[in-house]
Amino acid sequence: MSTLNLDPTLMVRARELAARAAQPVIDLAQRHTTVSVERAVLRLAGLSGTDPVTGDGVEQDKVPWVNRVVDAVRDQVGLESGVALPVWHALASGAAPDLHTLAEQVGAGTARFTIPEGPAAERAREAARAAVAPGIARIDANRRRREELVATHGDPPRRPWIYLIVATGDIYEDIPQAQAAARAGADVIAVIRSTGQSLLDYVPEGATRTGYAGTYATQENFRLMRAALDDVSAELGRYVRLTNYASGLCMPEIAVLAGLERLDMMLNDAMYGILFRDINPRRTFVDQRFSRMVHARAGIIINTGEDNYLTTADAVDEAHTVTVSQLLNETLAHEAGLEDWQLGLGHAFEIDPDRAESFRLELAHALLARALFPDAPLKWMPPTKHMTGDVFRGYLLDGFFNLAGALTGQGILLVGMMTEAVVTPWLSDRDLALRNVRYVLNSAGNLAEDFAPPPGGFIDRRAHTVLTEAVDLLGRIADHPEGLIQAIADGTFGITKRPPDGGKGLAGVVELGPDAYNPAVELLAGGSGRVREEEAVGA
Amino acid sequence: MPDGSIVRPYGDTTGDGMVQTSFTLPIPPGPKAEGAALQLANKMGIEPAMVVHSHGIGGQFTFFVVYGSVRHLVDLDAVHVEERAYPLLGSKEINSAIKDRLRRKLVVLGACIGTDAHTVGIDAILNVKGFAGEKGLEYLREMAVTNLGAQVTVPELVARARAERADAVLVSQVVTQKDAHLRNTRELAAAFREAMGEYRPLLVVGGPRFDPAMAADLGVDKVFGRGTTPGEVASYLVHALIPQEIPA
Repeated sequence: MSTLNLDPTLMVRARELAARAAQPVIDLAQRHTTVSVERAVLRLAGLSGTDPVTGDGVEQDKVPWVNRVVDAVRDQVGLESGVALPVWHALASGAAPDLHTLAEQVGAGTARFTIPEGPAAERAREAARAAVAPGIARIDANRRRREELVATHGDPPRRPWIYLIVATGDIYEDIPQAQAAARAGADVIAVIRSTGQSLLDYVPEGATRTGYAGTYATQENFRLMRAALDDVSAELGRYVRLTNYASGLCMPEIAVLAGLERLDMMLNDAMYGILFRDINPRRTFVDQRFSRMVHARAGIIINTGEDNYLTTADAVDEAHTVTVSQLLNETLAHEAGLEDWQLGLGHAFEIDPDRAESFRLELAHALLARALFPDAPLKWMPPTKHMTGDVFRGYLLDGFFNLAGALTGQGILLVGMMTEAVVTPWLSDRDLALRNVRYVLNSAGNLAEDFAPPPGGFIDRRAHTVLTEAVDLLGRIADHPEGLIQAIADGTFGITKRPPDGGKGLAGVVELGPDAYNPAVELLAGGSGRVREEEAVGA
Repeated sequence: MPDGSIVRPYGDTTGDGMVQTSFTLPIPPGPKAEGAALQLANKMGIEPAMVVHSHGIGGQFTFFVVYGSVRHLVDLDAVHVEERAYPLLGSKEINSAIKDRLRRKLVVLGACIGTDAHTVGIDAILNVKGFAGEKGLEYLREMAVTNLGAQVTVPELVARARAERADAVLVSQVVTQKDAHLRNTRELAAAFREAMGEYRPLLVVGGPRFDPAMAADLGVDKVFGRGTTPGEVASYLVHALIPQEIPA
């Protein structure tokens, strides 16, 4: 597909440096857990629902049982050993017949947790493993089910897949809109989340009808939308994929819910929350690793958020930061078990259209990503920064964006709206946007075949320059004693500085003790689950 | 150019009144739909109107493009423009105003005070992610922004503002139970007045239930209501804190 001949030594060097820069992050993630990782374990073991005495009436405002239990364990014995040992020790000792009853005891204030030792610890580990295994089995079954449905209904007839956003705030409004979008040609439906959900330290429960500028990500909303898209997939003879957001403070839990409800793609970036949401770096790095292990197991395609860099910085001057982030996301994703076909690495069409040669520069950047990650289904994001409200110019710009996507073999194309920066898309905006995509793909979808930028030409040289700048930056990051973590503290990405001890959610990060046990990590990794031991043998 | 104060839209001839519009009606395409579009266009004052294009969307909707001459006249003498007390600036203008005229970073502290744990307001204004398509204040190179997050006590906030020599303190309040937002804001204003007197930083509060006209009553410099964007806040800070350019 790719027609660029990048310097192979430079590509190898880039990946070596990315691996070195990311190593401190991987070490950190292996040495810590978070409240959300521990809540995800309880969710895999089937604990759902909310404490009825919390909140003021609305289901989505009540505190989930998983939060209540993890907080209680933390208060009584700490989380250094993980939640599984004390919880399944209590259950194995007969304190409660099942997890839900134990949660109710927590609600009533009568649950007592202790950390078991010796044979009691072994018994608790076995019980925890047995409790979490059905959750993992359901994720596995969903993956097989997706493969069956894709075999039955078929994949979209061509690349890129057409990705469309739905967001009304009300899941029951989203459903008909999503179905209509699928009928109009969308291959992937993303339900954008309610503003600020990424900063909630719990996952709301139930079917929700009151989001702001988006719809809450809840397990029930996931289930409802997936079922609706299954119906429309059967009608259309094409498997329509569903996307949501495993980001923010509850990244691990959302990933688990996505696996349990057969979502197909998840937005999941290793650094986005740190840079753009001021979430604590340690929290994010620990959470992203667990969530990616879940995505790997679930056969979910992740979408990373590099497009965001270009909305805050100049898309030409800072093009190399996208490449750097893609390489870091790749290395962290591989370490967590994701394969290349699951890496929807992000990039965007955000160069100032008034700049001379802007389209050629876009092609160079897009081809660089294609050449550097030949087996990844790259996520191609439309212009937003230079969409001014002039909808006519915006429609033209989206046409060029679509053409660049077709010409450079992008895997997933987020459909641009000419009313970007004006209104939440209208029915007619989506329709016109899809007509734009259809025209370009029909008329020029195979043009890549004839498109070979000459070696040494403008596009080839520009791609080489960006890769060289990326390698330079990666070198500087790798040379930091704390690698990526210190680089982020110094403001290497974008203009914000994010110190390791700043931001939201740090209080939810816990360093693991020697007896730490996480049955989900064990089952997902196929390893011991005793995270420190695993590290000691170099796994 | 017209010589009087009355103008009409211009297509290709002075006074032709030509406009172009598009809209969707919730009816299937067909002659009846086109008739419906013409009726709407006429009611909008477009007469004669031409439906130059229509197509169905998903069976139950039709999209139209309409051209025609609009009857209405524009009386320029009757046009009154509300001037904002301060101009809305872009990020480049904000950065250069601070750099050129303040010649140091503008120090901004943000927090949710009292028991309010809803940081969505202050986050929307400060986080790079921003709000309504606008980047937050953190994105502005010439501002040094610290977001202290939720449940910050007033004495803590005063101490931080003093230590960091804050130019402005931004506080968001979402919870309004028993007018907690008003009580908290008065407490904030009183604490800063007592601790720092006239050297206190600029105090700005915001939240969905605030009335922007209440600033003086609450003892703060500015109150922002629902739907405020980061750009409005940043522009206000520049207006209030940066000396005006000396006229050449």
